[in-house]
Amino acid sequence: MRRTVGTLLVGLAVIAAGVLVATLRVNPYLYFAGYVILQYVVIATAWNILGGYGGYVNFGTPAFFALGAYTAVFLIRSIKAPLPVLILAGGLVAALLGLGIGYLTLRLRGTFFSIATLALSVVLQTVIINWEYVGGSRGISVIRPSGPPFGNYVVFLFTVMVALAVIAVLVARFIERSWIGRGLAALRDNEEAAECMGVPTLRLKLFATTVSGFLLGVAGAPFPYYVTFVEPNSAFALDYAVNALAMPMIGGTTSWIGPVIGAVLLGTAQQLATVTISSEMNLFIVGVVLVAFVVLAPEGILGLVRKLRGH
Amino acid sequence: MFSWDLLANAVVAGLLLGGFYAAVSLGISLIFGLLDIANIAQPAFVILGAYATYVTNTAYGLDPILAGVLFTPLFYLVGAGVYRIYYGAFERRGDEALRGLVFFFGVLFIIEVSLSMKFGVDYRLVQAPYIGKSIDLGGGVGIAYRYLVPCVVGVAMTLVLYLFLGRTFYGRAIMAVSQDQLALRLMGANPVQIKTIAFGIGIAAASLAGALLISIAPVIPSTDRDYIGRMFAITVLGGMGSIGGTLLAAVILGVIESLMSTFFGPSWSLAVSFGILLAALAVRPAGLFGR
Repeated sequence: MRRTVGTLLVGLAVIAAGVLVATLRVNPYLYFAGYVILQYVVIATAWNILGGYGGYVNFGTPAFFALGAYTAVFLIRSIKAPLPVLILAGGLVAALLGLGIGYLTLRLRGTFFSIATLALSVVLQTVIINWEYVGGSRGISVIRPSGPPFGNYVVFLFTVMVALAVIAVLVARFIERSWIGRGLAALRDNEEAAECMGVPTLRLKLFATTVSGFLLGVAGAPFPYYVTFVEPNSAFALDYAVNALAMPMIGGTTSWIGPVIGAVLLGTAQQLATVTISSEMNLFIVGVVLVAFVVLAPEGILGLVRKLRGH
Repeated sequence: MFSWDLLANAVVAGLLLGGFYAAVSLGISLIFGLLDIANIAQPAFVILGAYATYVTNTAYGLDPILAGVLFTPLFYLVGAGVYRIYYGAFERRGDEALRGLVFFFGVLFIIEVSLSMKFGVDYRLVQAPYIGKSIDLGGGVGIAYRYLVPCVVGVAMTLVLYLFLGRTFYGRAIMAVSQDQLALRLMGANPVQIKTIAFGIGIAAASLAGALLISIAPVIPSTDRDYIGRMFAITVLGGMGSIGGTLLAAVILGVIESLMSTFFGPSWSLAVSFGILLAALAVRPAGLFGR
């Protein structure tokens, strides 16, 4: 109990630090870049709940992210809903999709599950492309509400993302430390054996896909206000799918801190590469680093650290 | 207003498209269907083949199909090399499920981004005497050569692979490795060597498929994403490694897609293949002709 309170306090301290940074008025670009890195902390952490803890590789991250973003677009256009509503609604809709793919795991395991999630992303993108109300293939402009609670709107969104990242990491940490995390680890290692030992595998999988989906949707919901122009190709970008699995793989998938390390390192490197070289070069780096890590350091940075300590 | 001409045209175009889809899916049918290696980078190798064809066609005016054939030995070697890395890093450790999949996803991404760094995101196309001409079958139905040639080559590739797997020593060894690796080892054959050969052949097929792809329509580096769903839908629907099943599933998908794009618009045709894939995976993972 005391540990839980301690963790929550650390989380609150991080949010407070985020607010403090927001009042500093440094170079506005830093908030812009910081938002993207924090968004990747949420995405990587969310992916890892299913992929790292449960061992189900989800290639459909863009589907969940875009579902969050487009739910927000829909609510902005129809009822001009405030940001907290957008985030909650985006998360809930994506959680429903998560529950759906959870039931898919009944029939599909391993590779087939991953291919199905990839397919899901394309089907959803086609639906959005043909849905004129949310912009269709041409995209749609979103006007930010005037007068954010403090600072300018990007600084405000940056602070919101700090809070979301903290919540995502706390959720992941809670899952990892509880019986849910141990159950997921059991089914990751051997699903049949876990089932035989009385681990409620279906319920655990449904829980993991739903929570993972919820957090991915939450990461996408503020996206329309951040970019102010949403179109299917940017919302469904394959970059999200690659980053979502590259970041935990690089950091280490077995612990909550792994995706955070991966997201911060890779996210920062990408932002630097985008500014200094080109946006294509930054994607190239992600691909190469990802392949290098899965081949040479399968346990990620955490695994390397553990090895150094052990010997 | 329903038009029979339109329907007949759509069905003919779909049948031709099916022959081409078979060519695209053969490699993955071999690698994923028979060897059980989830090579989701296969469509990227097809696009790589398309760009190799594009370069030789624009520089030397070489016929695209011929260029595709010429590149097969090189692609075979690349494929064999990729399999060796995959085997050493994942399969030998029994770690192929999670990290192997991520590995191939990374390879797909690297190929795609490298191509867009080298060639940009403009559409690239090839020149050949038969591209742009068509035969008139009468009654308003026509066949474009740019569809006919890939279809014929695709069917020929299917036939060659079918005969190779059934009639030759190495082909039968590949079938054996897909059925029982341990038994093959006990017979004194080396499964890793056989799988290296099979993987190489699968990637070599991608080179020729790429040449067909760029003959049919202009290509950009991200075209590979359109084919991930198609390839796996065809392989799963055709029954995981059944070469005849692959051809039939490819034709079915081709006809359905062609009908969809004629009557509902081309933006829906992609969703069809993925929809069929999802349905096939959920309802009958063994496919229509499952073993």
